[in-house]
Amino acid sequence: MGGAKGTSLKARRQLRSQATSTQIADAPPQGEAQPVITVAGTSMIADLAGALYWPDQRLLVVADLHLEKGSSFAARGVLLPPYDTLATLGQLSAVIARFDPKAVIALGDSFHDGEAHQRLSAANRDHLAALQARRDWIWIVGNHDPELPCALGGTVASELAIGAINFRHEPTGARGEIAGHLHPKARIAARGRAIERRCFASDGERLVMPSFGAYTGGLSIRDAAFLRVFGAPGFHAHVLGDRQLYTVAAARCC
Amino acid sequence: MNAINQPCSAKELLPERFRQWFAARGWAPRAHQLALLDKARRQRSALLIAPTGAGKTLAGFLPTLVELSSPSSHLSPRAGRGRLAGVAGKPGEGADEIATELATEAPPSPRTRGEGQTAPHSGGLHTLYISPLKALAVDIARNLETPIAEMALPIRVETRTGDTPVSRRQRQRRYPPQILLTTPEQLALLLASDDAPHLFGTLRRVVLDELHALVTSKRGDLLSLGLARLWRLAPQLRMVGLSATVAEPEQLARFLVPQHRSPSPASGEGEQRADIVVAGGAAQPIVDMLDSRERLPWAGHSARHALGEIYELIHRHTITLVFVNTRSQAEMLFQELWRINDDNLPIALHHGSLDVAQRRKVEDAMTAGRLRAVVCTSSLDLGVDWGDVDLVINVGAPKGASRLMQRIGRANHRLDEPSRAVLVPANRFEVLECRVAIDAIAQNAQDTPPLRRGALDVLAQHVLGCACAEPFVADQLFEEVISAAPYAELVRSDFDDVVAFVATGGYALQSYERFARIKQDQQGRWRVANPKVRQSYRLNVGTIVEDTMLKVRLVRSQRGAASGATGAISRGGRLLGEIEEGFIESMVPGDTFVFGGEVVRYEAMAEDQVYVSRAHDQDARVPSYMGGKFPLSTYLADRVRRLLDDRRAWAALPDQVRDWLSLQAELSVVPGSRQLLVECFPHAGKHYLVCYPFEGRLAHQTLGMLLTRRLERARARPLGFVANEYALAVWGLGDLSALIRQRRLDLDALFEPDMLGDDLEAWLAESALMKRTFKTCAVISGLIPRRFVGAEKSRRQVLFSTDLVYDVLRKHQPNHVLLRAARADAATGLLDLRRLGDMLARISGRIAYKSLERVSPLAVPVLLEIGREAVYGEASDDLLAEAAEELVRTAMG
Repeated sequence: MGGAKGTSLKARRQLRSQATSTQIADAPPQGEAQPVITVAGTSMIADLAGALYWPDQRLLVVADLHLEKGSSFAARGVLLPPYDTLATLGQLSAVIARFDPKAVIALGDSFHDGEAHQRLSAANRDHLAALQARRDWIWIVGNHDPELPCALGGTVASELAIGAINFRHEPTGARGEIAGHLHPKARIAARGRAIERRCFASDGERLVMPSFGAYTGGLSIRDAAFLRVFGAPGFHAHVLGDRQLYTVAAARCC
Repeated sequence: MNAINQPCSAKELLPERFRQWFAARGWAPRAHQLALLDKARRQRSALLIAPTGAGKTLAGFLPTLVELSSPSSHLSPRAGRGRLAGVAGKPGEGADEIATELATEAPPSPRTRGEGQTAPHSGGLHTLYISPLKALAVDIARNLETPIAEMALPIRVETRTGDTPVSRRQRQRRYPPQILLTTPEQLALLLASDDAPHLFGTLRRVVLDELHALVTSKRGDLLSLGLARLWRLAPQLRMVGLSATVAEPEQLARFLVPQHRSPSPASGEGEQRADIVVAGGAAQPIVDMLDSRERLPWAGHSARHALGEIYELIHRHTITLVFVNTRSQAEMLFQELWRINDDNLPIALHHGSLDVAQRRKVEDAMTAGRLRAVVCTSSLDLGVDWGDVDLVINVGAPKGASRLMQRIGRANHRLDEPSRAVLVPANRFEVLECRVAIDAIAQNAQDTPPLRRGALDVLAQHVLGCACAEPFVADQLFEEVISAAPYAELVRSDFDDVVAFVATGGYALQSYERFARIKQDQQGRWRVANPKVRQSYRLNVGTIVEDTMLKVRLVRSQRGAASGATGAISRGGRLLGEIEEGFIESMVPGDTFVFGGEVVRYEAMAEDQVYVSRAHDQDARVPSYMGGKFPLSTYLADRVRRLLDDRRAWAALPDQVRDWLSLQAELSVVPGSRQLLVECFPHAGKHYLVCYPFEGRLAHQTLGMLLTRRLERARARPLGFVANEYALAVWGLGDLSALIRQRRLDLDALFEPDMLGDDLEAWLAESALMKRTFKTCAVISGLIPRRFVGAEKSRRQVLFSTDLVYDVLRKHQPNHVLLRAARADAATGLLDLRRLGDMLARISGRIAYKSLERVSPLAVPVLLEIGREAVYGEASDDLLAEAAEELVRTAMG
C-alpha cells in the first residue's frame, strides 16, 4: 500500500504547529479519572470511543474514519446498510462534545475511497461542517484517500509534527510517532471464552491508533506488522472496554 | 393416513420385461413399490414412508423406468440430438461418467404398447432426483445402472453436483439425460439460467430422497421454492418423496404439492397434499441399554467407564457402527479404543471435519468389509449403505426418538430382520434419556420437528435467482412462492420487503437506487441490472453457511519460541483436516485438544492455517466444543420428566440410578412432571441456584443469560452459570436462600415469561450468538458474498465485519428484513427462544422450591460440568479486567 502520492492540487506542506508546550491544559470535561497513555514523554488521554486527546494542545486525534465505506461496497454490488457515515459522525460529534478540542486531526483514510467525499449526503456534509466550525481541522492523507479537495474544509497534509510528536497515517516505527492505518484489535481468550476489541497499540515511544469508522474491522496486534512497527514484542494493547480502558501485554493476546 | 389401500397386481402395473427382471433376481415387487406405480399411473404425487432397507429408492424410480421403457420415449427429435451429443461427448469424459448411453444401441422395439398406461414422453429430461448428499446421488446412479443395463432400457442417467466438470454441465443443459441426479443447490442454479424452461419443460417426475432430513433446514426452504418454480414450468409434474418415519406425515405430504391459499370448494383437502404410502413389514429393532458392570459417572460425555464393554461388543459382531454426538467425542472414543485394541481390530474414524480423501477411504474400506468398526458422528446418519453392519452402538444421549431410530436403521439394511442396537449412556441423566428412548422406539413414537416456516433470507436468494432466469412480475412471483408449503402463509408485505431488499438493500434511507441489483422495466417487470449480478448469484447459491474452516497442519513444537505470532512458525506441515474458526478462536497457544485421533497442541494461526504440534499429554485441556448440534427433543424431555415422577417406573432403571433418585427424594425433592424444581444451597464459598427444566442446552444457555441479568438487578451478585441438557446452575456471592426467605427475591417473578421481552432485547444487542445468526442470514440472503466471508483470513485485514454491520443496522433500522430473518432464526436456532418461552409458560405458578444446606444428588452432575465444560457467559469486560490484572501482577514481580 502506497503512502500519500504527491499531486499538484494537494497542499503537501508539512505543518509546524506554533503551539507551545507552555500552554495550560484545560481541565478534562468529565470528573472521572481519564486513562492516560504516554507517548515519547507526552501524556495523552485515551477515549473509549477510540480517540486520543492531547490536553496540552487541546488537540483531538481520530484515525481511519473510512467514511462512506458502505456506499463504496454498494457500488461494487454489496449493499451494506448506508448508515455508517451517520454512525461514525455521530460518534465523532460525541467525542468532540466531550473534549471541545481546539483542533482535530483525522489521521488518514478518513474517506474509504477517492470518490467517497462526493457521495456524502447533504445531511452528513452539513454535520461534518458543523463539527469543523470554530476549530482547526487537519486531514492527514491516507492510502485510501491520497487526494482530498479543499471543499471539504480544513487543511490537508501528508504529516504533521507538534513538539516531539509526529502524526502520519502509515506507521514507520519512528520515535514519537502517532499513526493509524493498521486498525489494531486485541483478542483475549480464557476458559473457552474470547473477547475481541479495538485497541491502541503502544510501547511508550510510538503509538498506533484504533480505527474509528463504524465499519472498520481490525488486525490482530499479534500480526507481524505490529512487530515491524515496535521492533520488539514487548508492547502493550490499551483495549477499549465497555466501561474503561484495559492495558494488556500484546503477548497476552491471541 | 391412507396406507396401501388397494392391492394392485404386478401384472397390471409392471411391463413384461420388468416382471422377468424381478423374477430372474428371485425377487417379488414389494407392495409399496407397486403402490407407487399405481399412484404414478393415476397421476398422483406420493410420499413414501419406509424404514431403511425397504427398497425405497427402487420404488421411487420404478415409475420412471417403466414410463421410459416404452419405445415412444426415444423416438423424438430431441433424443436424436442427445445421441449425437452422447457420442461426441464420450472422449475425455473421465471414468466417473455415469451416462448409460443405451439409447444409441437399443433396437427400436416393435411394440408400441404402454401408451395406454401413461402419456408418452416426448424426450428431454424426464425425472429429476434430489438428495441432500452428493455422495448419495453418485451412489444411486451406480445402483440404477444395474436394472437399466440388465433390462436394456433406453435410458441415460447422469449426475450433476458441485464436482461435475463444466463441459458436462453445459452439455447437460443442451442435451439433458432422461434422469438427472442432483442436489438442491444445483437445482437452484439450473433454475436461475435462462434455458430453465427448455430444460424443465419436459419434466414428468421429481424424486426427493431423505425428505425428512431435507425439510428441517433452510435447504428445505430453498428446495421448496425450486419446486414451486418447477410446478409452473412443468404443470404435468408429479412428485415422489421418500422419507423415514416422521411424526406428522400429513404435514410432510404438503411439501410435495402446490399449496393454494383459498382452496376451491371443488378440490378437497386431499388436493393440498400428496397421497401417503406407508411401507409395512419392518421388523421391530432390538434395542438394549448397556447395563455396565462399572460405576456410572455422574457427569461427562466420554463413556470411558464402558470402554471395555464397547470393545467386547465390537469383538462379538461383524461390523459395528459406533455413533457419538460430537466430533470431539468421536476423536476421544477412537483414541481410547485403540489404546485397548490388543487384537488390532480394524477400527476407523469418520466425521465431517476429517479430510474428504480420508473419509472416502474409510467408506470404501467399510463397503469392502475390511473394517470391524467405525466410530462416527452424524456424518454417517444418512447416506449410502455400508456393507453388513450388524450392530449399532449409540454412545451418549440419544437426543430424539426418531433420530435414534434412523441411526439404528443403519444396522442391517434388510427389512425382515431386526436391527440390533445397544445404547451406552455416558452419565446418570443419560440413563434416564436412554430408558425413555427405548420405550419410545418400542411404541413407534416419533419426534421429528414440525415443518418449518420458510425463511426470508432464503426467499431473498431465490428472488434474485428468479430475476437471473428471466424478468419477473412481483404479483406472479408472489403467487408462485406461496404455492411452496413452507411459504404458504407468507404475507405480501414481507414478500415486498424481500424484493426491495434484493433490489437496493431495503433501507429506509434510499440512497442506493443507482446501485440496484434488479430494476423494474417499463412493464413493471423486475430484471437483473447487469451481468455481474448473475455471476455473483451463481457464486453464492446455497443455504449452508459453515463457520469459516481453517486447515489444521501438524508441525514441530515451537515451545519456548514466541509462538502465536504470525510468521514465527515454519509453514508447511502435514494436513490433518479442517476445524471451525470459532473453536480455535477460544484457544490460547499452548492449549491442547484432540484432533484426527491424537492430542495436539495449538501453536499458531496464520491466514487460513492452524499450526499444531503433537502433544504428549494424555488428556486434552480443551475438552469439547458446543456439546453437539441437536438439543434433547421436547418429546423425550417430557418422557424423562414423567419417568422421574413415576416411582414404579424406576424399577426399569439400573440400581445405581434408582439409588441416586431415591436419595434425591430423601434429601430434596423429585419434581412432578409439570413442575420446575429450583434448589438453592451454599457450596464452596458461593451460593448456587440450580433448576431442572430438561429443555436442552441451548434453551438453558439463553435462560442462564437472562436469569443472571435479573439476579444482578436483584443484587444477588451472580458470577456465572453452566448449562447442560437437563439443568442450569447459576452461582454468585449473594445468599439466594436468604433473599428468597426475606422476600427480596421472588422466584415466580424471576421465572416470569416477560423475561423474553426487554431483558431479551437488551441481551440480543450484545449476544455473540445473535451476531452469528445474523451473519448466516446476511450470507444466505446475498447481502454479503461468501467469498468475503471466506477471504477474511486469507487477507491481512478484514474487509468488514458482519458484527459491525449488525450493530449499525440494529441501531438505525431495527425492523430491517434481515434483522427480522435473524430474529426468526433465533426462535429455533442457537438461542432456542421458542422452547424457552413454552417452558416458562408451562411452569408458571408451578415452581417447586427447596432451600438446602448443601448440594443435592440431582445437582451434582451439572455442578461437575463447571470447569469441565465451557462456562457460558458472554465474554465481556471482566475478561479484559482479568488480563489487565495479570499484567499488573507480572509487573509487580
